[in-house]
Amino acid sequence: MKEKEEYTPMQMSVLLILRFLIGWHLLYEGFSKLLIPNWSSFGFLQESKWILAGLAKWILAHDNVLSVVDFLNTWGLIAIGLGLILGLFTRLAAISGAVLLFIYYLNNPPLIGLEYTVPSEGSYLVVSKTLIEAVSMVALAVFPTGTAFGLDMFINKYKNKKNKEG
Amino acid sequence: MGKMKPQADQPENNKATTGKLTVKRRTLLKALAGVPILGVFAFELLEKRAYDHEKKTRILKDLELDKISTPSIQPLAVIKGDPLRVGLIGFGNRAVSHANGLGYMHPEDMEKRKLNGTLEDWLLQEDLNVVITGICDVFDLHAERGLATVNNKIRAGGAKVTDLTVRRYHSYQEMLDDKNIDAVMIATPDHNHAPITVAAAKAGKHIYCEKAPAHSEEQVFEVYNAVKNKTIVYQLGHQVPQSVVFQQAKDIIRKDILGKITLIETTTNRNTADGAWIRHLDANGNPKPGDEKTIDWDQWLGPAPKVPFSIDRYYNWTKFFDYDIGLIGQLFTHEFDAVNQLLHIGIPKSVVSSGGIYFWKDNREMADMLQCVFEYPEKDLTLLYSASLSSSRSRGRIFMGHDASMELGNSIDITADRDSTRYQKQIKEGLIDTSGPMISFNPTSGKIDAVTSATEKYYAARGLISTNINGREVDITYLHIREWINCIRNGKKPSANIEMAFEEGITCMMAHKAYVEKRRVEWDPVNRKII
Repeated sequence: MKEKEEYTPMQMSVLLILRFLIGWHLLYEGFSKLLIPNWSSFGFLQESKWILAGLAKWILAHDNVLSVVDFLNTWGLIAIGLGLILGLFTRLAAISGAVLLFIYYLNNPPLIGLEYTVPSEGSYLVVSKTLIEAVSMVALAVFPTGTAFGLDMFINKYKNKKNKEG
Repeated sequence: MGKMKPQADQPENNKATTGKLTVKRRTLLKALAGVPILGVFAFELLEKRAYDHEKKTRILKDLELDKISTPSIQPLAVIKGDPLRVGLIGFGNRAVSHANGLGYMHPEDMEKRKLNGTLEDWLLQEDLNVVITGICDVFDLHAERGLATVNNKIRAGGAKVTDLTVRRYHSYQEMLDDKNIDAVMIATPDHNHAPITVAAAKAGKHIYCEKAPAHSEEQVFEVYNAVKNKTIVYQLGHQVPQSVVFQQAKDIIRKDILGKITLIETTTNRNTADGAWIRHLDANGNPKPGDEKTIDWDQWLGPAPKVPFSIDRYYNWTKFFDYDIGLIGQLFTHEFDAVNQLLHIGIPKSVVSSGGIYFWKDNREMADMLQCVFEYPEKDLTLLYSASLSSSRSRGRIFMGHDASMELGNSIDITADRDSTRYQKQIKEGLIDTSGPMISFNPTSGKIDAVTSATEKYYAARGLISTNINGREVDITYLHIREWINCIRNGKKPSANIEMAFEEGITCMMAHKAYVEKRRVEWDPVNRKII
């Protein structure tokens, strides 16, 4: 990863806070799925509307695919959450997180005419908190902080060293 | 404000060593900035778990539900010896379920189940060491379907194919005379249940009979007396209480979680032609097969008044009081049995019924809108049955107690009453929320759980979770047949036994009489008579 992290302390602090908050949120989302006995994305996928509805249906029709999806979801969220908090593979974590959340968004976007049986916890039109969180993670990928405040520093050092030796 | 730069590669004296890489101590601390956050997260997570656990166990402990056993199917001991030889009388829809329960399936049905992914669960169904050796149906087409089902070599539970062959009998008397039949399963239209049951009991065959047990008050007594005096095992076809949630419901009733129950509301809501028993057309709207040549009409009519052959009567017999008693015989029977298995309410003191033909304006006699009220003054209890065949709004089966109400379906939801005496303290403390279920039994997770999360509440309320034991779908008709067969082998009494059948038969006859005669009818327990 190329190092161009030059921020004012204020900029750095805000970026870090955002990274920790989103990391925390995803990590807990992952853990809560792990801790609920027999949790499954079944209900979520069943509600799927719009362009991914067909894919969701296909997943639901195949038990083994559904269990893979469940596994990837839970552990993906945990891995992304850990990555963001620890600053480990930060950019990869942020991008994967953005993609994952964007997929969630596409499964139930608050578009006019799409009705869901589960009421949302806020009022949304086109834009939802999921979309905002997805874009926030894009911001985290664009403004990386992992090498200054995170385990990515070691990876970076290792790479630099290799480059120098090479 | 000065710019912050990563300083990792600036060599300094103050260094920490990490492998071969050298990093400034201050920089190292920065690299580990996320670790304390993770620490706080871990702490919060453990706190949250402890809190949830405490909350759940406290509700479960307060309600003494922590000792409720989880349901499971105990595998049968290996059944040695000769297989039980079963004859099926009537091979319509219900008999298909019976055959499936006994481990037989028609090749076409196997294909269908393969496509919808349910074949595997059926193939895993345990072998009951039974062989279907007789099929009896007045309609050639049905009988042939039965024979094809039995002749399919693929059996559930890896049952071995025996030397025993299946034979078609053209009358039930012929089957009952055959010494090579040990037990019969009766799945004919209702008006034939009692005569066949009585004859089968006389012939010493074990009996599994679909509901309703009989078609008149006299027949209820005839069936009772015929079965009671024999050593045969009689099981009425009420598979619903075999659902695993019923075992939990029994515990809940026993532990008095609901408080004093004074009202039980049972309901039927359907809104299709098929649901209203209009069944003479196939899925494409074409008339189903059958004529006087292929259907033995006289035998089909049995004890019913002689009328000319009618395809309407043959397929849509439920519509006519000559063959059954409508919603009461077809669906209330299941509701009554469910309640009677749980609470042993027995025969009511009085019944009123009202309703009419308000939607399906065909030649039917049965009501398509029906409400029956059964009074049990000695038990301080009212049982209500409310049915509509022109609205599919789901109303469930609800037991209302002073402290909580229980909705019993595919899952159990228990909601505390906001004015409950027993839970007053917990409601005040916020431990119990009365706006949603406080306990839900979810058959797929296989254990009873206090509901805490919104998702769980959502699923619980909608009953999206199907009946499931040890992680696999188990057919409840199979369980009911299995109980019957176990009882035959061990000489025990099954759950839907002749006493239960008698209570149900009389209760249904009371409700029917009340509807037909438009009056309140009572049971005279001294003279054992409906008055």
